[in-house]
Amino acid sequence: MKLSALLTSAALALGLASGALAQDKTKVGFVFVGPVGDGGWTYEHNQGRLAVEKEFGDAVETVFVENVAEGPDSERVMTQMALDGADLIFTTSFGYMDPTINIAGKFPKVKFEHATGYKRADNVSTYSARFYEGRAIQGHIAGSMTESNIVGYIGSYPIPEVIRGINSAFIHARKVNPDVEFKIVWAYTWFDPAKEADAAKVLIEQGADVILQHTDSTAPQAAAQEAGNVITFGQASDMAQYAPKPRVSSIIDDWAPYYIARTKAVMDGTWESKDTWDGIGAGMVGIGEISDAVPADVKAEALAMKDQIASGDYHPFTGPINKQDGSAWLAEGETADDGTLAGMSFYVEGITGDIPQ
Amino acid sequence: MDLSVINPVLFIAGFLVAATPLIFAAIGELVVEKAGVLNLGVEGMMIMGAICGFATAVETGSPLLGFAMAAVGGASLSLLFAFLTQITLANQVASGLALTLFGLGISALLGQSYVGVKPPRLGDINFGPLADIPVIGPILFTHDIILYLGIALVAGVWAVLKYTRAGLILRAVGESHDAAHALGFKVVRIRTLAILFGGACAGLGGAYISLIRVPQWTEGMTAGIGWIALALVVFASWKPWRALLGAYLFGGITQLQLNLQGAGVAIPVEYLAMSPYIITIVVLVILSADKSAAPASLGRTFHASH
Repeated sequence: MKLSALLTSAALALGLASGALAQDKTKVGFVFVGPVGDGGWTYEHNQGRLAVEKEFGDAVETVFVENVAEGPDSERVMTQMALDGADLIFTTSFGYMDPTINIAGKFPKVKFEHATGYKRADNVSTYSARFYEGRAIQGHIAGSMTESNIVGYIGSYPIPEVIRGINSAFIHARKVNPDVEFKIVWAYTWFDPAKEADAAKVLIEQGADVILQHTDSTAPQAAAQEAGNVITFGQASDMAQYAPKPRVSSIIDDWAPYYIARTKAVMDGTWESKDTWDGIGAGMVGIGEISDAVPADVKAEALAMKDQIASGDYHPFTGPINKQDGSAWLAEGETADDGTLAGMSFYVEGITGDIPQ
Repeated sequence: MDLSVINPVLFIAGFLVAATPLIFAAIGELVVEKAGVLNLGVEGMMIMGAICGFATAVETGSPLLGFAMAAVGGASLSLLFAFLTQITLANQVASGLALTLFGLGISALLGQSYVGVKPPRLGDINFGPLADIPVIGPILFTHDIILYLGIALVAGVWAVLKYTRAGLILRAVGESHDAAHALGFKVVRIRTLAILFGGACAGLGGAYISLIRVPQWTEGMTAGIGWIALALVVFASWKPWRALLGAYLFGGITQLQLNLQGAGVAIPVEYLAMSPYIITIVVLVILSADKSAAPASLGRTFHASH
């Protein structure tokens, strides 16, 4: 680290400390599940936080706590933030859902925003991005490019968001390649680089030449690079440092506009509890540059699909789609409703293995 | 379910690699605890080693130099712990926890410009024709030198503790620091050296994660391995070979459960995911049914005036 950078951050810290004395600032808290330097999920939420600071300057103060374990410990962190005078608190992982609801009940004047969950209250909003739209594009590229016909998928926890991603990727991989199989490994962690790398290595050893990940670090990218002829996709963040190969494209979460809008609503007194679920069209989900490692025709198809999804002409869950047990889910031309998608707890037909309960 | 997709050779070679960071951290902490000091800062020293090793390897292009600096980095952080607990007589548990937090923080600061950088690769040792032996060759003779160093270190620590005068003195200090002091041994000096050794080992283990197992730098990348090493020392009853066994069990079952998941075995994933912890604990607890207790002075503060 350069001395100048150190001095700048020291000066910034001093500035923040003295600025904290002002009383009428809007204070925005963020609870993060991993470190802000994970290069993935938490990194992008922190970019959103920085965008809020940049947008409102001295009118807001942001605080964050990183590496907060999901579950009871997160309640302690949220309580402390609320007691310290936070007006708005973003809790940015699925496992903070019940803790957020609990603490929101104790601090009715503080507004809470919980990412990727489905429980709301008068002072709790939920927000998420339609990552499955990006997963459809990944599935298309993965199905087109795999030579072993085995796609490895590193899942974090068996929650609807992750299952939706698996289904979406699988449907679109099968569409272009009827022989493709998915091997799914559950890591039971959002962030553990060593374990994520191990999972990627195991999948590669078992024949996968495409690795999709729903965990937060760049470790699977490093493992794929090490193994050679394997492609991956950036998860939550662009992970461009692994482009053009193994990382051939990515799903990028862009929380900044939402965080700015919600902070503004609190400042204006217009904040209301609501559920936001935006996708590629609204800009909450971005598709990272598709690298030259992808054949030109596949790239063109992927981009066309992206445009169709963005304009609303195409829904990634369009029938006919059967559930894993063969029972009908969506009829020809029918699209999935948000309620079913939000609580999705089943695989679609063709995926092998069971979802852990 | 198709077990044939699991390649046993790759699987075993894989778990030897996965267990190595644990072996380093556990054997270092074992020596520290044998000297009567409880250092809960293993995680912090590991992550410090991970970034020091990574940064040095990237800047110099030499992974071996990286490992050397990782040992230095881990040891220098442990020096802080030694100062707090041996000179200022601070509480060991609190100092150790503080060391972990401090290590995580300062490594994140040091590592800011190394995110996304690819480290130079440490080549495998060339064993010549040995590596061509079917099955055994790829399992035993296709690794880097640090992995073998880890095993050699376990053997070395075992031999020193059991057969040498230095080992006897170290154990004496750990069992009864007052008696050792009365016999004229420099308790504080011996403990400080043990703490430095533990720090260097933890640093090596951390660098093994950032340079070989993953290989990349990410903030907080040790993700709890230091804590597992700490638990391993206790469950291994402070015996080097059992610590090695525990590390292989833990690493092996972790790899096995990922492999079984990939192969689609019909065991609920929750059981697979918890199996490394449970099986390692059960096996080591059964092994420790003999009378092997903790060093009697473990965690107690020593001052010559007492």
